[in-house]
Amino acid sequence: MLRPIGAATRTGSNMENEKRVSPDLPVEPVESRVNYLNAQYGVKSWLLTKDHKRIGLLYLASVSLFFMLGGIYAMMIRLELLTPQGDLVQSQTYNKLFTHHGVLMVFFFLIPSIPAVLGNFLVPLMIGAKDLAFPRINLLSWYIYTLGGIFTLWAMINGGVDTGWTFYTPFSTTFSNTYVIATGLGIFINGFSSILTGLNFIVTIHTMRAPGMTWFRLPLFIWAHYATSLIMILGTPVIAITILLVALERAAHIGIFDPALGGDPILFQHLFWFYSHPAVYIMILPSMGVVSELIANFSRKNIFGYSFVAFSSIAIAVFGFLVWGHHMFVSGQSMYAGLIFSFLSFAVAIPSAIKVFNWTATLFQGSISFDTPMLYGLGFIGLFLIGGMTGLFLAALGLDVHVTDTYFVVAHFHYVMVGGTLMGYLGGLHYWWPKISGRMYPEGWGRFAALVIFVGFNLTFLPQFVAGYLGMPRRYHAYAPEFQIYNVMSSAGASILGMGLLIPLAYLVWSMRYGRVAPANPWHLPGLEWRTASPPPTENFYVTPVVTWEAYEFAPPEELQVIGKLEPGDKGDHPIEVAP
Amino acid sequence: MPEQASTFASKVDALYFYLCGLTVFFTLLIISVLIFFFVKYRKRAPFEVPRPIAGSIKLETLWSVIPFMIAMSIFVWGASVYFAQYRMPKDGMEIFVVGKQWMWKFQHSTGQREINELHIPVGRKIKLTMTTEDVIHDLYIPAFRTKADVVPGRYTSLWFEPTKPGRYRLFCAEYCGTNHSGMGGWVEVMTQTDFDNWLSGNANQVSPVEAGKQLFTTTLGCATCHNADGTGGRGPALTGLYGKTVQLEGGGTVTADEAYIREAILNPQGQLVVGYQPIMPTFKGQLNEDQLLQLIAYIKSLSPGQSSGIETAAPASANNPQAGAATPAGQGAKSPDAQRSNPLNATAPQPSANGSGNNAAPNRRGNQNRQ
Repeated sequence: MLRPIGAATRTGSNMENEKRVSPDLPVEPVESRVNYLNAQYGVKSWLLTKDHKRIGLLYLASVSLFFMLGGIYAMMIRLELLTPQGDLVQSQTYNKLFTHHGVLMVFFFLIPSIPAVLGNFLVPLMIGAKDLAFPRINLLSWYIYTLGGIFTLWAMINGGVDTGWTFYTPFSTTFSNTYVIATGLGIFINGFSSILTGLNFIVTIHTMRAPGMTWFRLPLFIWAHYATSLIMILGTPVIAITILLVALERAAHIGIFDPALGGDPILFQHLFWFYSHPAVYIMILPSMGVVSELIANFSRKNIFGYSFVAFSSIAIAVFGFLVWGHHMFVSGQSMYAGLIFSFLSFAVAIPSAIKVFNWTATLFQGSISFDTPMLYGLGFIGLFLIGGMTGLFLAALGLDVHVTDTYFVVAHFHYVMVGGTLMGYLGGLHYWWPKISGRMYPEGWGRFAALVIFVGFNLTFLPQFVAGYLGMPRRYHAYAPEFQIYNVMSSAGASILGMGLLIPLAYLVWSMRYGRVAPANPWHLPGLEWRTASPPPTENFYVTPVVTWEAYEFAPPEELQVIGKLEPGDKGDHPIEVAP
Repeated sequence: MPEQASTFASKVDALYFYLCGLTVFFTLLIISVLIFFFVKYRKRAPFEVPRPIAGSIKLETLWSVIPFMIAMSIFVWGASVYFAQYRMPKDGMEIFVVGKQWMWKFQHSTGQREINELHIPVGRKIKLTMTTEDVIHDLYIPAFRTKADVVPGRYTSLWFEPTKPGRYRLFCAEYCGTNHSGMGGWVEVMTQTDFDNWLSGNANQVSPVEAGKQLFTTTLGCATCHNADGTGGRGPALTGLYGKTVQLEGGGTVTADEAYIREAILNPQGQLVVGYQPIMPTFKGQLNEDQLLQLIAYIKSLSPGQSSGIETAAPASANNPQAGAATPAGQGAKSPDAQRSNPLNATAPQPSANGSGNNAAPNRRGNQNRQ
């Protein structure tokens, strides 16, 4: 039974109702209306919640924590690399720093960031559902994530691990004297959270779309998450198996990867990259989904070539599984295997190019505004362009031989994974912040921080391309003095980037209490998530919405009211009929 | 731009400039279109509802096909450079390389040994045959624009032709543990005269072939079954074996390359030659990587020009020539204990602790008398 919420706040005046949709008038205070945030109080109400929005916030808290820890490790790496001599920490410590940085950032920040925080919060809202298909599994996935995270942190605190986040054998299985199994098990556990989230999204998108929400009316954010979920479900089990094999080999010497026992260390690389290359698309696809939303909504234009953008996500997800060998061009694999993997890597670049062109064309004849989320969206395009184009350098076999395993690769994947995912994540977080928190973030600070982050990021990683082409290998604790200038620039950029990232942290936390109260639809957009209150009620919508419009069908604000809003004088004691 | 010091350098750099050009062009193109749109289509009034545009198949095709063509041009170019880098020349000057945590050991075919320094003549094709005693490493010489992993239990190869005398950095590019960043050194490219002088200054070396012969005839006693000149006996003949196709017991064939010879020494029962009894004992744990390379060098020297026929490969020898390439990594050299000890390490030249390793020790010291 659909139950209207917020009867207590109704004033009975037409004026009040119009306030909700008119742009500049203040709306009723959040506290006075029941929403998902104030429906229940207490620690228990959060830890046992089945509300996808609350679980999204739980993820937001844990993901932010891991992001900060990973960032601290990054700062320590950059500090050490200020001078060519390894003088700040010992090499063993340095090796642990970059390993911990990689493990935390990849498995505990980049992979869950957008799907588990924004996806969790928004997938049901955007398709007009009350929750995800399996709310309990959703909560379970957060607990598994947290358990895996605690396990990994425990391993790191107890002594840490020095294999690099790639865990290459036989170093990880036979030679490293650090906590490889414990860290591996943390990642192994965490993988299940990924699988469960992916499963939940796929079932939800298939079965819980609101009436009228056809596949081609879905926002592109949903398409991107559908593609991501496919990778999560199909890829994650492979990394789980791989980690188990490493643990078994380490503990029992069963000889899978040890050539002395008839095993093959290169087999590990095949297994590892079979997951870890698609994992890059787990990071970037949701971000592309966010950027599609940002570009369309802040230019008030429907996405140019909707179906091309939608299917390019699926194409990336599918082809992404066939390119893992491009990490191994110099590993001694057959030259002909290298040839095929190189070809496929160029092929998978095309769908990404299609997206960029379509985003650009979307702006044509639009009405473009430059709010903070849009700045992040445009920042994404800029950084992804460089990240994507330098990917072509690495896919080109003869060039890869020179630059692989150097800082060129480090710069490239930071442009794609950080420039891509982080920009999308921050853009999305600002864009949906009014919906999530019911408060507006401070726009001026938002734009300032976006600029600082963009500048800091480029200063950090552009010099690394140069150092890499000059031949500076990655994972070097001490390096040849001729590379110092690039490392100093990079460290300077990293401190700007780090400062820049603290600004949103500060003002977003501040805005939760002191920010301007957000209207239901602050940007005046047609998406379903904007057609309910900010923050939404626990059930998301007052009534089940019926979708009669296409994706990104912009309209004047008066046509974009909250769906199922109570009429004046309505006591809220009967289900309200479906509203368009 | 790092120094260009090999025949690959200009090829790789040309491809690099092509890609840099493409990157700058496309980045500027997209950014200028974006900025043009920002200005022209900026929001002029709140809540505008611009006319929707669905898309254009023509444009989609255009910006799928053109990038694809460009990508293919990079692909073909990149592949041609790759094949130049990784197709080994037949006439290269061969040097053996063994990586270990955390140093590079080189041995010239004339016997000279070096650690973390490699002296080579300019203008000659140099071919490195490489393996490792422990984890995966990667030999990287930026000035030559080439690198290759070295993998335990396998032989990988790398070749280059230096074009300019000088001193160039040598790195380990694959993360290999605590002192990874210290695992590097220099490649000293010398004129042929200087190189000859350097060689003669390090005379009285036992060449790998000689050392292998001594292992074969005396130390390990291989000659008991394979005969002192390798013509065979209870075991198959080894003369002319290298590079030939070998008929295996139970069907199948294999090409007698480095990997197969290594496998045959360490795991003799694994790929038994047809018509012979499985009587050969394994030499696993008794040989280090350097000695294996010496044995292989000796066995290769028994096949001058690889032209003489061999009895083991008489019928249907053309059958399945790919079998050798598909052979798995081969069996590792040593037990886990022996992996950590390091009989040939110049910095710790004590004899190996395990009993079987002592077999080889006198020979090893003989090879190292330069120090």
